[in-house]
Amino acid sequence: MGRLKTITRRTFLVGSSAFAGGVAFGTFLANKELENPLAQNLKAGAATFNPWVLIDEQAITLIVPHMDMGQGVASVQAAMIAEELDLEMDQFKISFGVPDAAYYNTALAAEAVPFRATDTSLTAETMRGLVGSLMKIMGAQVTGGSTTVPDGLNKLRVAGATARETLKLAASVQSGVPVEALTTVSAAVVLPDGQRLPYTALANTAAQLKPVHHDTLRDPSQWRLLGQPMQRLDVVAKSTGTLDYGIDLVFEDMLYAAVNINPRKGAALKAYDDTHAQSMRGVKQVLSVTNGVAVVADNTWRAFKAAAAINCEWAPAPYPAEQADHWQAVADSFTEERLDKVWRDDGDVQANMAATPAVQTEYKAPYVAHQPLEPLNAVIRVGTERVDIWVAHQLPRFAQQKVAAITGHEAEHVYLHQQYAGGSFGHRLEFENVILAAEIGRQLPGETIKLTFTREQDFAQDFTRQIGMARGTGAVANGQVTVMDLQVATVSSSTSQGKRMDTPMPGPDKQITEGAWNLPYAIPHFKVAAYRVPELAPTSSWRSVGASTAGFFADCLLDELIHAAGADPLAERIRLCDEPVAKQVLIEAGRLSGWDQPLPPNRGRGIALVESFGVPVAEVVEVTNTEQGIRIDRVTVVADVGQVIDPINFDNLVKGGVVWGLGHAMNCQITYADGQAEQNNYHRHAGMRFHQCPDIVVKGLENARQIRGIGEPPVPPAAPALANAIFVATGLRIREMPFDQHIDFV
Amino acid sequence: MKLTVNGKSHDIEVEGDMPLLWVLRDELQLMGTKYGCGIAQCGACTVHLNGLAVRSCQVPASAADGMSITTIEGLGQPEALHAVQVAWIEHQVAQCGYCQGGQIMAASSFLQFKPNPSDEDIDRAMSANLCRCGTYPKIREAVKTAAAKLRGEV
Ligand code: FES
Ligand code: FES
Repeated sequence: MGRLKTITRRTFLVGSSAFAGGVAFGTFLANKELENPLAQNLKAGAATFNPWVLIDEQAITLIVPHMDMGQGVASVQAAMIAEELDLEMDQFKISFGVPDAAYYNTALAAEAVPFRATDTSLTAETMRGLVGSLMKIMGAQVTGGSTTVPDGLNKLRVAGATARETLKLAASVQSGVPVEALTTVSAAVVLPDGQRLPYTALANTAAQLKPVHHDTLRDPSQWRLLGQPMQRLDVVAKSTGTLDYGIDLVFEDMLYAAVNINPRKGAALKAYDDTHAQSMRGVKQVLSVTNGVAVVADNTWRAFKAAAAINCEWAPAPYPAEQADHWQAVADSFTEERLDKVWRDDGDVQANMAATPAVQTEYKAPYVAHQPLEPLNAVIRVGTERVDIWVAHQLPRFAQQKVAAITGHEAEHVYLHQQYAGGSFGHRLEFENVILAAEIGRQLPGETIKLTFTREQDFAQDFTRQIGMARGTGAVANGQVTVMDLQVATVSSSTSQGKRMDTPMPGPDKQITEGAWNLPYAIPHFKVAAYRVPELAPTSSWRSVGASTAGFFADCLLDELIHAAGADPLAERIRLCDEPVAKQVLIEAGRLSGWDQPLPPNRGRGIALVESFGVPVAEVVEVTNTEQGIRIDRVTVVADVGQVIDPINFDNLVKGGVVWGLGHAMNCQITYADGQAEQNNYHRHAGMRFHQCPDIVVKGLENARQIRGIGEPPVPPAAPALANAIFVATGLRIREMPFDQHIDFV
Repeated sequence: MKLTVNGKSHDIEVEGDMPLLWVLRDELQLMGTKYGCGIAQCGACTVHLNGLAVRSCQVPASAADGMSITTIEGLGQPEALHAVQVAWIEHQVAQCGYCQGGQIMAASSFLQFKPNPSDEDIDRAMSANLCRCGTYPKIREAVKTAAAKLRGEV
């Protein structure tokens, strides 16, 4: 097992297509039932039925291990359990649980394999199965890839059903009434005479029983909670300032830490002078940490001030210091040698390309930052026997290992207390706050210390989205698009991220052309090739990952080709679309947006469709070219996730994703000068502001065979739909983000 | 210096230039007021100073001496909600929620002066508050509902 773990760990990856195909491992391991972490240290009289349900005399606790970063998964995970367990939403507590292999993600495999989401061939399904088993053996507890709902929908309902059936058995034992005569409602087992035995009163008996595994699930037509509008569990706390995020935790005698790290990411601190800082009020200690210094003080602001007052001499960046050289490296990567993989090659592009292509263009997507509103933070206490860390993390088991490696404890003695996150967008897949907190804590054993990043440190240390460019050509004939040839060159965020996870990512990186190669269009001659730019500044997964860049390139190119063909942007996309689910999405977006209604002068409508995480999303953006700049009036969004489990959350996430996609396309980029990001706070990386926000009309369709998540898929079509709309309104084709380099926005 | 926060008076001994934000958070442990940017860009730190919405990251403690401060915790509590909070809950505005205390404090102050705001008024009042999760469409609906509630219409 030890060696197998090492092998699988080394070949595991998140967010990349590449995995060591055909890894042989015993089916024994893959089929083995994982231990229930709730069974350890179980109080007398408390019953646990599986890793998600714990009931004692006082309370019902549901474990919701996917990290909640605002996408509402704390509520929806609980609702999936409560549906079968016959609980109302106010009849239980939730807990984020402890990091554990039992909470491995069963839905990530779909993303990791190099097949189109609609591909149900034996090879595709076998590979998904293989990678899924790998995730299990690895114990890959991961929040990401828009997987919480697909991961949970079956297993959490089974968890609820199993707990319910076991409680019925307990009631039968207590009452002597046969199980078949019992029903459940509202946290109680109901006897034939109507008498109710509350679950909490059955816990003691249930604790003596072996859980009754039950995987016959109720038909969706019987659902009470799922599919209906639900009030989120945290919405009152979040509207009254009473929800504590990691940054808000307070412990007795807690100390406050801040850091000053080389803004040339990954480069060393050569020397520093802390004379002034040492004498500042409230400062307790100045400590050396990797690539920088930390100040420990009696208040956050005092720690911030003192950290900034340390004079540091920094080593130069391990990547090009100036932005122009980053762009040059990208432009130089369209070579045979840098070809990562040809992902799509339908028909014969070369033979059918006209002597003068209808379109020959180049597109650019910059680095952009995550910058959720809650700055990075962590609270740590390093003891002799154990380490406690309070932090919101999407990869809690990797975070435990990071801490263990620094403090010298075994990973199982690192107690990670999961927190609500004030946003993430992929930021909390990274470890900078975790590593620095551990380094600080190791130097001050026994102390409880809260590390908070200033916004400026957070910007400086953010591992951005991949930078990339694309070159596109194509041909048209008889009013139709006949050839499309797209070459995409980006750095590999999967590789960059994998390094920090101590996990090599072998093979081609699927994310380079994700959103482009899998377009659901039957263009007769269609080629998509990925080129891997050599590593530049470190990058990471940014909400919607590869599709946020490749989806932009691909749809913009298609729009230009359709224009060259003289066809209608919507009608030609519908004609080309060869996947029924995606086609319906396009048709519905056209209908809902009033595509056929003529627009007055200075207005424009653009459409884009991108499929990511298995979800086809079409967006129609309507803009007006005003004297103050472009105003975005309205966005119509149609997405098909198979089944909408949490309608209010669905609506919120789609709107938020559109705002995210539009806002960053409008005005955000990270550029490097002298090796550091030039944007150090929101005034230089604002995203969308309130007054710029359009009306957003959302519709979810339910035609797809497979259920999917909605956190990320609405992001990729927003930027190309906006560019396409601006073209119609102004005649200006914008081919690089952010668009404010070329046009003003109100 | 003396601060009255949510009706309770506190004697505080801090540097005059410590921002009110950090006095509230680290000296008084009132964690509903959030740090987002520290440079007046996000509004997560919005509180009411003598009834007016201000960015507490920009108010030195010395300038708040003797003043009355209301934070999100003082505006209303889960069991005694302010009308703006009721509207926020009805519309389920919050995603991550980190900005929402500031959004609510901005909205509740502005609605005192503009009980019947136009879309443009709402734009002007709310565009200084950043929401990275993109809850703006829901904020707009909630502000309108809150205004109607405060006018006694719903
Ligand atoms: S923290 Fe005060 S405006 Fe951002
Ligand atoms: S709800 Fe997350 S920043 Fe506004």
